[in-house]
Amino acid sequence: MTEKILTRNFGRADSHTLAVYRETGGYKALDKAAAMQPAAIVEEVKKSNLRGLGGAGFPTGMKWSFIPRGHTGPVYLVVNADEGEPGTFKDRYLLERDPHALIEGMIITARAIRSALGFVYIRGEYVEPWRRFSTAVREAYEAGYLGRGFDIVVHRGAGAYICGEETGLISSLEGLKGWPKLKPPFPAIKGAFGAPTIVNNVETLAHVPHIVNRGAEWFASLGTKTQGGTRIYSVSGRVKRPGIYETSVGITLRQLIYDEAGGVAGNGRLKAVVPGGSSAALLSADEIDVTMDVDGLKNVDSMIGSAGVIVFDETVSIPDALVVVARFYAHESCGQCTPCRESTGWIYKMARRIAEGHGRKEDLDTILDVAKRGAGTTICAFYDGAVGPYISYIEKFRGEFEALIPRA
Amino acid sequence: MPRLTIDGKPIEVPAGTNIIEAARLLGIEVPHYCYHPGLSIAGQCRLCMVDLDNAPRPTIACNTQAADGMVVMTDTERVRETRRSIMEFHLINHPLDCPVCDQAGECWLQIYYMKHGLYDPRMVDDKVHKPKAVPLGPHVMLDAERCILCSRCVRFCDEITGTGELGIFHRGDHSEIGLFPGADLTNKYSGNVVDICPVGALTDRDFRFQVRVWYLDTARSICQGCARGCNIEVHTSRRRPHHAQGRRVARLKPRYHAEVNRWWICDEGRYGFAFVDDASRLTFPVRREGQAVHELLWDEAIPAVADALRRHQPDEIALLASPKMANEDLWAVRALAERLGTARVAFRVPPAAGGDQDDLLIRADKNPNTRGAELLGLDGDAAAIMADLRAGAIKCLWIFGHDVLHAAWPPAEAFEALTRAQTLIFSGTNASSVSALAHLVLPAAAWVEREGTVTNFEGRVQRFRRALDPLGAALPEHELIGRVLATLGAPVSATRAEHWFRALAAAVPAFAGMTYASIGDTGQMVSP
Ligand SMILES: Cc1cc2nc3c(=O)[nH]c(=O)nc-3n(C[C@H](O)[C@H](O)[C@H](O)COP(=O)(O)O)c2cc1C
Ligand code: SF4
Ligand code: SF4
Repeated sequence: MTEKILTRNFGRADSHTLAVYRETGGYKALDKAAAMQPAAIVEEVKKSNLRGLGGAGFPTGMKWSFIPRGHTGPVYLVVNADEGEPGTFKDRYLLERDPHALIEGMIITARAIRSALGFVYIRGEYVEPWRRFSTAVREAYEAGYLGRGFDIVVHRGAGAYICGEETGLISSLEGLKGWPKLKPPFPAIKGAFGAPTIVNNVETLAHVPHIVNRGAEWFASLGTKTQGGTRIYSVSGRVKRPGIYETSVGITLRQLIYDEAGGVAGNGRLKAVVPGGSSAALLSADEIDVTMDVDGLKNVDSMIGSAGVIVFDETVSIPDALVVVARFYAHESCGQCTPCRESTGWIYKMARRIAEGHGRKEDLDTILDVAKRGAGTTICAFYDGAVGPYISYIEKFRGEFEALIPRA
Repeated sequence: MPRLTIDGKPIEVPAGTNIIEAARLLGIEVPHYCYHPGLSIAGQCRLCMVDLDNAPRPTIACNTQAADGMVVMTDTERVRETRRSIMEFHLINHPLDCPVCDQAGECWLQIYYMKHGLYDPRMVDDKVHKPKAVPLGPHVMLDAERCILCSRCVRFCDEITGTGELGIFHRGDHSEIGLFPGADLTNKYSGNVVDICPVGALTDRDFRFQVRVWYLDTARSICQGCARGCNIEVHTSRRRPHHAQGRRVARLKPRYHAEVNRWWICDEGRYGFAFVDDASRLTFPVRREGQAVHELLWDEAIPAVADALRRHQPDEIALLASPKMANEDLWAVRALAERLGTARVAFRVPPAAGGDQDDLLIRADKNPNTRGAELLGLDGDAAAIMADLRAGAIKCLWIFGHDVLHAAWPPAEAFEALTRAQTLIFSGTNASSVSALAHLVLPAAAWVEREGTVTNFEGRVQRFRRALDPLGAALPEHELIGRVLATLGAPVSATRAEHWFRALAAAVPAFAGMTYASIGDTGQMVSP
């Protein structure tokens, strides 16, 4: 079993307080980082193989290096604490139980990218995490960690999934409707309020103090060849012990389900698994011997995304499950791009009709065709994250859908 | 200047040009909805996809700037498939109500479906329903079901007028154009959203249900609403005269001019044509004696005017020309003044209320040709003429169009002056309180019924063309003045507007060398 890093204090009472954080070595990395040149911090993070844990898995050090050299105006650090991906509930634990790890990570990151102001965009429904985090920010100001060249603004979202997409988040932060922005320009060049901006996930930044403290090699050695460290898997659905599990990113999905989460609930049989939040393609029961890192899931045409693992046993109807995800994406599409706006609703109607027993023979191929046509044609990754799953549900469990379609 | 190739054709374009515009320069149309050259780039409709040789997926042309060495393909199989898909997505929730839609015939959903769609419909589920026939303001009606959410109208109100009345509310396929709470689409340029709306979602409340667009004819023209001289098209309806209660001018539309008005016109100008088909139009010459009114033929009216003018001494005659008249008419007025030997010529009648002006188009001077009237030497003292008329020193006044009883002058004094005239001649398009007092009333053709030129406040001379026949017996002013001149024995050779223009260009240095051909469609600046 890998050492717990992010969750090491989660078992302690008052783990969220400054006292406990300091007692367990907190804010030590700050001193070390203060002695490092910004470029050296970026280099260290690059070497650590830390990859973004918010969804896209982009190498974190590389992202930081995109801030234009010689830029003299403001640079913003934005923390994505919107955690909207269905099946994902790890960031809330970090905010509630170890908020200072994020604050320390932000201060170090700010030094690396030369930012004097950070925003933390917290999902609107996360009331308790917001309270805990705000309290921690106050403590950090009082203790003098914040307010000396770096400030944090805490901003609450209003409950839209699309505001987790980084440019949708920036629009929302700017006071606009949460519409993703056209790229280019990318946020590192022109982001929040027109300034170069780095958007990172809560968990990504919570790793940074440990990387600085214990070194890039140590962190890289915890994971696989192409991704370093541990991460927190949110496991839900039909397992014996649903919850969060911090392990090496090299763990397999089978180990995660059976060794960590105790196996399928009620000793039922495993049918399928959503491996990385609802936007990840569904895996069937015989596809779970994959490592749970970015590349491991890419190899099976799915994605690790936000590491939200949802387990389906044989009592789950895949057509019903498709209706649930299709309803979600139809409801959450921001509506800017024609393919996404129009076809998420259309596919939901078709999926619902099939599940209700009014399907037509051609519906399944229509859904597949529509999903494949629109993919890759939109402003943001929302749409690909919607149609990828649709395709996998139908292609991997087509018989189950066909059984619901009345014969002529 | 990046050099690139589009569909195998090389082209060099200014840096910053996007692929839609670069392709346009080669005569290649990249279909699009949300992109508009006058607005920011939204990238929402996803129709303008093209293939770049080094890109794994099609790319939107609107947000891609031409770069050196770029190889663009606008017509690959993959691009055609993508367009077909986007057209299908655009239409699945559309009501397909073309037979009752005013946009039919000039709708980009119809045009692009025929060019790039032509798929077999697969949508059998219920469509999303949204509000219909919602008045957004005095001029614009919304049908949200027809809207393709291109956001052009929203960007227009945000970026061009800065008034921000419109927004897109809700999400996904329930997204809907609407007004912000408390707002109405009352900005002075609201009609433009109808022009830029590519579909039938925003229609013109004045034009709605009047006539199908395929019955319209078009003439290039210049708006006469203020000194800007916005370039417009006049759309007329003559092929179905029983439609729209016989209204001949169906609508005015902006015509792009890079320096004058770009793509826009103001509402005041757009809807300022009602007088053309109004019941108050003067359609035949009239002589009034006391209470008695006699309709005249021109062959009677012209000699009557000449006789009246001959009855007075030159210094008893004054001509009150108008900055609403074309250069050609004003030059004829000058010729008449010279023939009569009077120096009492003026054109400025101060309006009762000051006009509004802004930084976009609207000018405080509500006359299309003040600059022309100045340059043609008609800038006398109108107030002094009225004073002399009242004092009896002037006995004969010819008023061109002005309603001097509703100007900034005290109406009682103006009324007294007019009633003291021994001969009051009025020429103009519509009856007014002045025409009601005139001894001779001469019906003039409206600007859409004739051709001519006007000079805008910057000194740009612009041509307007004839869109309609004059109503009744009405004549262009230069023509009726020309006939009077001929009857007075003057050697006039001009019979058409262009002849008058040639004469003034030969005589007035500011217009030296100008011809109708050289003015063309973009206008020509007067010499400094
Ligand atoms: C539709 C959509 C929703 C997303 N929601 C979240 C989210 O809730 N939290 C998050 O951290 N990243 C989310 N992302 C990913 C972000 O766009 C972005 O990649 C991420 O915040 C970058 O941080 P990282 O590099 O540290 O992962 C979402 C992406 C998409 C396309
Ligand atoms: S892909 Fe969907 S969610 Fe993303 S910007 Fe386009 S419409 Fe909005
Ligand atoms: S109303 Fe017209 S211009 Fe406005 S968003 Fe809809 S289609 Fe576009």
